[in-house]
Amino acid sequence: MRLVLEKRAEASGRMAILSPIVAILLTLVTGGIIFALRGLNPFSALYVFFVEPLTTSWSIEQLIVKAAPLAMIGAGLAVSYMANVWNIGAEGQLTAGAILGSAIPVFFPDFQSPLTLVLMLSLGVIGGMAWAAIPAFLKNRFGTNEILTSLMLVYVIQLVLDWLVRGPWRDPKGYNFPKTIAFTDWQLLPQFQLIPPSIGPIYVNLGAIFAVVAVLALAFMMGRTLKGYELRVQGIAPRAGRFSGFSREKTVWFCFLLSGGLAGLAGICEVMSTVGQLQPGISPGYGFTAIIVAFLGRLNPIGALVAAFALAISYLGGESAQVALGISDKTARVFQGILLFYILACDSLILYRLKFIGRTPKLAEVKA
Amino acid sequence: MNDQLLSVILTIITASTPLLLAAIGELVVERSGVLNLGVEGMMAVGAVSGFGAALLTGNTYVGVLAALVAGALLSLLFGFLTLTMVSNQVATGLALTLLGLGTAGLMGESFVGQPGVHLERLHVPGLSDIPFIGPILFGQDLMVYLSFAIVAGVSYLLFRSKAGLIIRAVGDSHQSAHALGYSVVGVRYLCVMFGGACSGLAGGYLSLAYTPQWVENMTAGRGWIALALVVFSSWLPWRIVVGAYLFGTITVMGFSLQAYGIGIPSQLLSALPYLVTILVLVLISRNRALIRANTPACLGQPFVPDR
Repeated sequence: MRLVLEKRAEASGRMAILSPIVAILLTLVTGGIIFALRGLNPFSALYVFFVEPLTTSWSIEQLIVKAAPLAMIGAGLAVSYMANVWNIGAEGQLTAGAILGSAIPVFFPDFQSPLTLVLMLSLGVIGGMAWAAIPAFLKNRFGTNEILTSLMLVYVIQLVLDWLVRGPWRDPKGYNFPKTIAFTDWQLLPQFQLIPPSIGPIYVNLGAIFAVVAVLALAFMMGRTLKGYELRVQGIAPRAGRFSGFSREKTVWFCFLLSGGLAGLAGICEVMSTVGQLQPGISPGYGFTAIIVAFLGRLNPIGALVAAFALAISYLGGESAQVALGISDKTARVFQGILLFYILACDSLILYRLKFIGRTPKLAEVKA
Repeated sequence: MNDQLLSVILTIITASTPLLLAAIGELVVERSGVLNLGVEGMMAVGAVSGFGAALLTGNTYVGVLAALVAGALLSLLFGFLTLTMVSNQVATGLALTLLGLGTAGLMGESFVGQPGVHLERLHVPGLSDIPFIGPILFGQDLMVYLSFAIVAGVSYLLFRSKAGLIIRAVGDSHQSAHALGYSVVGVRYLCVMFGGACSGLAGGYLSLAYTPQWVENMTAGRGWIALALVVFSSWLPWRIVVGAYLFGTITVMGFSLQAYGIGIPSQLLSALPYLVTILVLVLISRNRALIRANTPACLGQPFVPDR
């Protein structure tokens, strides 16, 4: 008996909705098995990992803090991947944005006005765009594979960051720790109260609002504008895209600048809120996890927002499981990897159906 | 002076071997028309499995074998998704890298800080004692010789054997190969597993010979550099040797310059291999005729036979 795929007459609408849900369920089952193998009660472990992060107002705040950068980067990557442009260096663009935006407090620590905030955020976006422009330029000018160049640049910019915070940008009063000075007042993102204290106060910072705005804007662009149509055509039917005169070069530029800018914004928002200064390790791999976010969201910006929350839960769950169960926080990364595998497998079922076929009878047997 | 030069050359060989192993495996995978971007993940799992097995059994060769098997098993997962389930190869490769790095980190937690076991160098009485040439030609560990044997074997297989003709046919035109009655998916499964085994070996070499211990993220992008090397080689096996040793030399030069402590920031020297990778990719990609002539025509394309 063999397992083969059979092409469906048309894409299954039911599977398109079911696929991410099935993928998450399969990940939970696999997670339960892994926990059971390590001698834990799978149900209570899964509860600690995936449900507990939703039970207190503090953890919901943390959830939003983690989901915001994931949604922002993931939505940008979703648009890129939809158009067949493979930017996988978002982690580097995030770092570049964080570095460039932090130049303001490092060089002008006393410059405090609303303009500081605007300037830092703008520089963050520009930093991300500039770093993303390199693979885009090389792709268009020389035909260099953008997957490899964008990824190599992640290592390069992380070393630049390391050099800056250990060398020229180190806080002179920081006891030799590899950190810049701590940011203050207008160098930090303002916080808003999302839900009144009577229910349980939930504060969010400006980054969460940027994320929602970015997701909605990209969803509008993809669904309702010619630009979105152009990007989708180039992804689904590249040949048709060429015949209709859409410029591939412009698309490469557009996708890299867009996804790079958003990653840069996420980076500067991180250092202006959670981290509060520049230091090595400003992101727990948001740029890479956002790749999973983009696929779990079915390369749709709104989907990416939903997916960002699912992945944010795995980060938080990893932390609480470490405290409550003594299992490694690295478990979260394994879950994230498994999840992406299941998503990709389930996505195949949208276009194909699974079929078990028996042994093909030999010619002699048929004759007899 | 001679001693210093000798030790530099020996270090270069150790630094180049993992790149060589991973790249030659990926070359076969790509020749069959499959793009597996998960080399980094398979190397990481190979490294931790090899180290763990060697530590627990006290035998480095058991470690090497464990690394090989771990890499092949992980690539089987990639094969199932991309070949049987016809998923997107780029996305699945990325997934393999993320999963591999995560799994390796988790598996390796108890190995952090453990003393390593070092893959021993061979010693041929007489020959290994020849000054200078002896240790280079006759005093390496088994994996160094194995890496060259694999390159020679792959070169022979691809261009001098019928099996190689089939692999290249599958990579260049899977529809024709299928029409001729060859099992496209079957050939690709074998090639993917060969690539996985080589990546696993490369990882094992890192944790058993290059820096005999386990450190998280010790692969440090070498899997991606190996992928770039395949492009650099324009899919020709012997050019992989040139590329791998070029990169090995650059890495070691970076370390040596750091040791001399001249006024260059150490981070810049560490960034050298990545910068050179980009530079090399640009130089090769500029020559579009060369790339077009040798790139397997079906690279990265899914195959579902018409029934």
